[in-house]
Amino acid sequence: MGEEEGLHQTQLLDTMFVRGLKRKCFDGEEDIEGTLAGIKAIPSYNLQRQSLLDMSLVKLQLCHMLVEPNLCRSVLIANTVRQIQEEMTQDGTWQMINTQSTGQASLDRLVSTDILCRSSREQAEGKHVPGYTTFNKDFEGDQAQDSSETMSTAPSVQVPRNLQSNVWEMENPQENKGNFQKSLDQIFETLENKSPNSVEDLFSEVDNSYYDLDTMLTGMMSNSKMGHCDGLETFSSPTATASNSNCKSDLNELDHIVEILVES
Amino acid sequence: MTECSARFADIISTVEFNHSGELLATGDKGGRVVIFQQEQENKTQSHSRGEYNVYSTFQSHEPEFDYLKSLEIEEKINKIRWLPQKNAAQFLLSTNDKTIKLWKISERDKRPEGYNLKEEDGRYRDPTTVTTLRVPVFRPMDLMVEASPRRIFANAHTYHINSISINSDYETYLSADDLRINLWHLEITDRSFNIVDIKPANMEELTEVITAAEFHPNSCNTFVYSSSKGTIRLCDMRASALCDRHSKLFEEPEDPSNRSFFSEIISSISDVKFSHSGRYMMTRDYLSVKIWDLNMENRPVETYQVHEYLRSKLCSLYENDCIFDKFECCWNGSDSIVMTGSYNNFFRMFDRNTKRDITLEASRENNKPRTVLKPRKVCASGKRKKDEISVDSLDFNKKILHTAWHPKENIIAVATTNNLYIFQDKMN
Repeated sequence: MGEEEGLHQTQLLDTMFVRGLKRKCFDGEEDIEGTLAGIKAIPSYNLQRQSLLDMSLVKLQLCHMLVEPNLCRSVLIANTVRQIQEEMTQDGTWQMINTQSTGQASLDRLVSTDILCRSSREQAEGKHVPGYTTFNKDFEGDQAQDSSETMSTAPSVQVPRNLQSNVWEMENPQENKGNFQKSLDQIFETLENKSPNSVEDLFSEVDNSYYDLDTMLTGMMSNSKMGHCDGLETFSSPTATASNSNCKSDLNELDHIVEILVES
Repeated sequence: MTECSARFADIISTVEFNHSGELLATGDKGGRVVIFQQEQENKTQSHSRGEYNVYSTFQSHEPEFDYLKSLEIEEKINKIRWLPQKNAAQFLLSTNDKTIKLWKISERDKRPEGYNLKEEDGRYRDPTTVTTLRVPVFRPMDLMVEASPRRIFANAHTYHINSISINSDYETYLSADDLRINLWHLEITDRSFNIVDIKPANMEELTEVITAAEFHPNSCNTFVYSSSKGTIRLCDMRASALCDRHSKLFEEPEDPSNRSFFSEIISSISDVKFSHSGRYMMTRDYLSVKIWDLNMENRPVETYQVHEYLRSKLCSLYENDCIFDKFECCWNGSDSIVMTGSYNNFFRMFDRNTKRDITLEASRENNKPRTVLKPRKVCASGKRKKDEISVDSLDFNKKILHTAWHPKENIIAVATTNNLYIFQDKMN
């Protein structure tokens, strides 16, 4: 049952995105109440956009984990993230996310989304973006409590700034891995109250974080289950690394390189 | 259509016929090159052209470790390009992410026998036992095909090489990575000229990468390169040493009714190929194939939808990364038909003259050998007719990224993940 629902949701997600027209934030509410009575509510455009943003950020994180990230893919994902952020600040719809989500609209949420807005505005104005350390300090200083809801937006708030500066620097990966580890340290320290000591610990935590983010997202939007994972069951989704390891394991001796099967 | 196929131990990453079509080279993820050769035509069996059999196999690239960056360099062969044949030997360029190699493939069917100082098995004879002298002679032996690396062009690319293209002067070639294009001379390995550089001073400003590049088939000063934003730039090397300013910019204005967050990603061009005539070029983006007239920059002259039914699935395809798949495309020998791959082991052909198109499947389970391939149809929505396949049951793991068309005959090579299929048109 979950599978079918998930597939249905992903299909709806696809349909919503296809329409492509910029929708005012208040349209989302009308849609939910409107046409499809009797079926689970269609996720609003804004929630879907947020979901796409989160998905993109996770993808950027994951591809930074690869040995040598595919630059074209990274650029395309980063451009998508930028597009979403620009639209969100233009529409001013980041305010609507608070009122539409099922959780309480807490002070923390307002603070974190303010930071999102601020960083994009600074970007638009061409201001010098505060370096990583000062940015983090601002975030930690404003943060009133540790709540999972705030934390769920934390990656989307913090990571873009750092990734902007770090994701392309292939010439200095050691330095960037250091910076990136630092940023991950900050994020996951607060998420899981652990500070990773070794690189392996860090990477294993990042793997877990994907699912943490996902469960947080589905928790946040409990009215409209995005069901990414369910949707994934329709399309098998090997990651690049998974397929690498599969190929290596399939490869036998060099002697048996090619079997010729000539149909007769 | 007759069909023969070969199963590979590793994922096939490139397929290329040579200039005569007699040889077909494939590269795989394990850094190996396998060359197939067409059998000489059998005069008694006029209904079938020669089949392709393995001619040579060699390890072109090995995995490397870049100690400076602590990064592994994959041995996967990204592209193979043949040189035109000048003498008995064949030459090809093969490249992985960082290094291009020129390979010589030669046949040996004779060997010298009758050495004075060596026995036939190679052991050296005691010189004191040599009492007479003889002249060694060449005796026939079983055909041996040898591949030897003649040039190694290394250390010129910081980013991943996506294209190589041999110039029509047959002396130079270009190699393109995500941000730069270099010009090489085939004889010189320690030097290359940078002819395109789109790396921004501040990498934070990077929004566009080079996705493919190719020399014009006839004009040795002209080449094109495509980008992740769906543009193609034509450059003339006579204009300046660094061709950062294009001579022509080909770009189709976006259709506002189709605009979405995925518009840019699906506009990214995964392959660009000049027609044999040199008058047109073809580009492949995620959903379509476009034919451009080199004299018209503002829009393509023809557009063919490869799998438009995927447009409503873009979010899911983004999620599972399929939206980043790089499909290639190719022309037939007379430039009248273009071909490209899709999912579910489907591949598509578009006839430019009749405007007809066909979807075929490269799969052993669904096609009996030596029968005509049955056309396939994907049902986008609504009631599925018999024999149609619904979009939701397509297998997105079975993708055909690499296809090639024989330069002279109706023979095509289609690579699925681990299998190479060669289809021939049954004439008369």
